Amino acid sequence: MAASKTVGDVLRAHGVSRRGFMKFCAATASMMALPPSMVGAVAAAIEKARRPSVIWLPFQECTGCLESLTRSHTPTVEGLIFDSISLDYNHTLQAASGQRAEDALDKAVEENWGNYLLLVDGSIPTGEFEAYSCTNGHTHLEMLKKYGAGAAAIVTIGTCAAYGGLPKANPNPTQAVGVQDIIKDKPIINVPGCPPVPVVMTGVLAHYLTFGTIPELDKYGRPMAFFGQNIHDRCYRRPFYERGLFAKTFDDEGAKKGYCLYELGCKGPVTYNACATVKWNEGVSWPVQSGHGCIGCSEPDFWDKGSFYRPLSAAYWGDLKTVGVSAAAGAAAGLAAAVLARGKQKKSQQEEKA
Amino acid sequence: MNRLSDIGVKVESGGVAEPELRGNALPLLHEIRHALARLVDEGEPTVIDVQSIPMGPGDVKRLMDALGEGEVKAELDALGKTIIRESRYSGVWIIEHMNTSGGIASRFVEITWVPSILQAQAEDVRKGLKELADALAPAGS
Repeated sequence: MAASKTVGDVLRAHGVSRRGFMKFCAATASMMALPPSMVGAVAAAIEKARRPSVIWLPFQECTGCLESLTRSHTPTVEGLIFDSISLDYNHTLQAASGQRAEDALDKAVEENWGNYLLLVDGSIPTGEFEAYSCTNGHTHLEMLKKYGAGAAAIVTIGTCAAYGGLPKANPNPTQAVGVQDIIKDKPIINVPGCPPVPVVMTGVLAHYLTFGTIPELDKYGRPMAFFGQNIHDRCYRRPFYERGLFAKTFDDEGAKKGYCLYELGCKGPVTYNACATVKWNEGVSWPVQSGHGCIGCSEPDFWDKGSFYRPLSAAYWGDLKTVGVSAAAGAAAGLAAAVLARGKQKKSQQEEKA
Repeated sequence: MNRLSDIGVKVESGGVAEPELRGNALPLLHEIRHALARLVDEGEPTVIDVQSIPMGPGDVKRLMDALGEGEVKAELDALGKTIIRESRYSGVWIIEHMNTSGGIASRFVEITWVPSILQAQAEDVRKGLKELADALAPAGS
């Protein structure tokens, strides 16, 4: 099977010169959030890396994650990443369908048992609702258990696969859960986001491809390289927060001057992701730069943590300690904003009661 | 229209915020100055991955404007186009890898005598030697 080739072999078969290879390694190191000084190590590792078999199973999902990935902005490099892995099954992308597709899946699993990388997007319905999400007559819970057993590791693509996501949102009509709620005996790398940043997805694949290891993860199972810092700390609007300069509405003078969106509900202070540096749409912009606060889509249960437009201090997001810590990290002006927001919350609660 | 940059977007701004408030261009220029000093004093090169730094609107342009254009510009065509140019400060190079739609996929500032990607690679040279020898073989040389 092609999976036995090294990545170096694959690149050479594509006519890639050594100079092109070094360029590929520089871009890959950047994608993995490694410092440029690591390019040499990346080159040495990629040269010898075995081409892994990858099985991608879409479950209860909207295909937004796959859309995001296939529209990533460095097709030259990311295309090569995909050429360098053996993507043996993804029923949305593959040409085969019906029984031929299922046969291809079973063949790939059998030949690579214990060694393939399992990618999952979408949540998994459970209990009496298990049958609400099926492929070819098999429930996704059944498929996850079956194909998860033979995987070397599992990568969850998107917040749904990682933590249940939108399908799990209250009242969770299908009793949806994430992969880590089902599989307890395999390494799981969570790549959340709704959808995840494309470069983060390929960066995680590149890490596995290059080093054959699981990257360092945070307490939610996310790679530290991309989820190690919160949006607020890396936000170019942070200096406005420090100075107490806040947009009060989406079209006031403060908004036009690019002031901090904290009072408009930005969840940046409690959200860990790479949007602020990697950005979206060919690196053109990201939600905060476009004038909308972060909605915290890479955090567990983000959908059920109150309105996207309530300030953190007034919403149900996190506990008081979390919010207090983020406010304390800023200036007194930030604290004043938190107090003001709590005042607003109290007023709205009184209005609701009345 | 097949590129994002082709979409006509007009940005209306009621006022201009103080650039130093959102600026990462100036700190980065200082970092480049320190790296250049290291190159001169100790011969140690530095590579900065611009994409790894949070840049606000206009930051990249401010940085590129400040670095300006130098004497050397080269184009590399391997796995897509790459533009390598020296800035107005000799020894400070800007390397931009383009994606297939013409956008910039990654951008590095390299502080070095000559960017390593410009140098011929031993593996390619060996391959070139073999190809040249093969090409000359029918002529009996």
